[in-house]
Amino acid sequence: MLNTKKQKELSKIISKEFEQLPEGEKLKECIQCGTCSGSCPVSFAMDYTPRQIIAMLRADMIEEVLKSDTVWICASCYLCGARCPAGINFTDFMYHLKRFGIKYGIGPKNKKAIKMAQDFGTVVSEHGRNFEAELIVRYNLRTNPFNFFKLIPLSIKMLLTNRMPFFPSKVKGAKYIRKVLKAKDAPRPAEKAEVAS
Amino acid sequence: MKKYTYYPGCSLEVSNKPYDASTKELFKALKLELEEVPDWNCCGATMYMNFDEHKAVYLAARNLAIAEKTGHDMAVPCSACFTVLQKAKKFMKAEEGLQDKINGMLKEEGLTYDGKVKIRNILEIIFNDVGTDIKTLVKRNLKDIKVACYYGCQLVRPKGTFDDTENPEKLDKLMSWCGASPVFFDAKTKCCGGMLMSTKEDVALKLVRDILYAAKESGADCMVTACPLCQINLEGYQTEIIKKFKEKLDIPILYFTQLAGYALGLDAKQLGINENFTDAKKTLAKAGGN
Repeated sequence: MLNTKKQKELSKIISKEFEQLPEGEKLKECIQCGTCSGSCPVSFAMDYTPRQIIAMLRADMIEEVLKSDTVWICASCYLCGARCPAGINFTDFMYHLKRFGIKYGIGPKNKKAIKMAQDFGTVVSEHGRNFEAELIVRYNLRTNPFNFFKLIPLSIKMLLTNRMPFFPSKVKGAKYIRKVLKAKDAPRPAEKAEVAS
Repeated sequence: MKKYTYYPGCSLEVSNKPYDASTKELFKALKLELEEVPDWNCCGATMYMNFDEHKAVYLAARNLAIAEKTGHDMAVPCSACFTVLQKAKKFMKAEEGLQDKINGMLKEEGLTYDGKVKIRNILEIIFNDVGTDIKTLVKRNLKDIKVACYYGCQLVRPKGTFDDTENPEKLDKLMSWCGASPVFFDAKTKCCGGMLMSTKEDVALKLVRDILYAAKESGADCMVTACPLCQINLEGYQTEIIKKFKEKLDIPILYFTQLAGYALGLDAKQLGINENFTDAKKTLAKAGGN
């Protein structure tokens, strides 16, 4: 568990980062009405609902937020944002919480969704496109190899209908893509301007 | 002949090949030309945003930069690609300096993005650029086919650029122009779980079950989709869901391009209907000649 000082520090950093997101300022306008939580199709499976997450962020409970399953259960359907009376597109903040958690190494116990995202990144930076067969193999080897047995029926259907090729398609610009994706990221333009000033 | 620069997206060259085939056939029948974005790459999907925002924008922007050079509108069949590409465009416009940063990443390959390209979903293209004219091309009578039109999430959200975010109607209208009979279907924009099917299976299976249940309740003979991921979740896991929930939830799932193409007299095989995981033979047998 992080101490209060560290939590406050992280909370400060993330709220600053939120402000830099497109329409990020809007998060401050949340009126805690709960429309997001009531609309969310997966809130039944979350440990904290989206409304609670916003309240927790305001109370500097950043560690609990990042350790919750909520952030990684969000399926990115954007219904919360479509209905929010304050016009907050909370899905984009969920994305940012995911990135923030990865950056600071704080996440939920169940790491399956994080591993899926990482493996997807590996496959795309390798080939320039998503090669599904490789992604399935990489992901299941890392999470639960026994799952391969469960995948057999669908895989057979895919093979029979020629919907699972064995080789990735070639992208000519793949070497450029790889270089960009593997490079250490430059800071946000706004941060750079701040440093310069 | 109107021309578009076609961005199929990764899943259409692998697990969603029938969507690719039926889109191409349908556009041909509508006398619209599709030319693939040269050397396109993955748009980053919902995944890349999870760990690196600007590199995710770069992935989408590379395609936009290449498509821009062709001077045509972009035609996108996948809802996730459609949302991601639009989002990248929006971010580059909203955040000061971001477009320059992304252009810096594109520079070595000799690409630049200047924000001119129009990103359009194929459903919207057919709806607006062909419109009711499609009626004159209909060759088969689909009046007896009751269809539940499923839009999913990312086609109409976050902002609903071409249809309502909660009660979209364009797919229903298109299907009725093709002669089919759309039913009232209240799960039309309910989330199918998307990638949760791999990472949180129990949750996704329940979401898909609810959609299938609503479709059965609506009395539909089949469901049409406009998103590759929805299609896979709805058709690929149907057997498992029926077993798990012990309910009669079997319903043929078609890409909307397949049913539209079928109405236009195209061959089921051409449209890749025999490569779907659900069997639509009985439903399609209800179609009559004109």
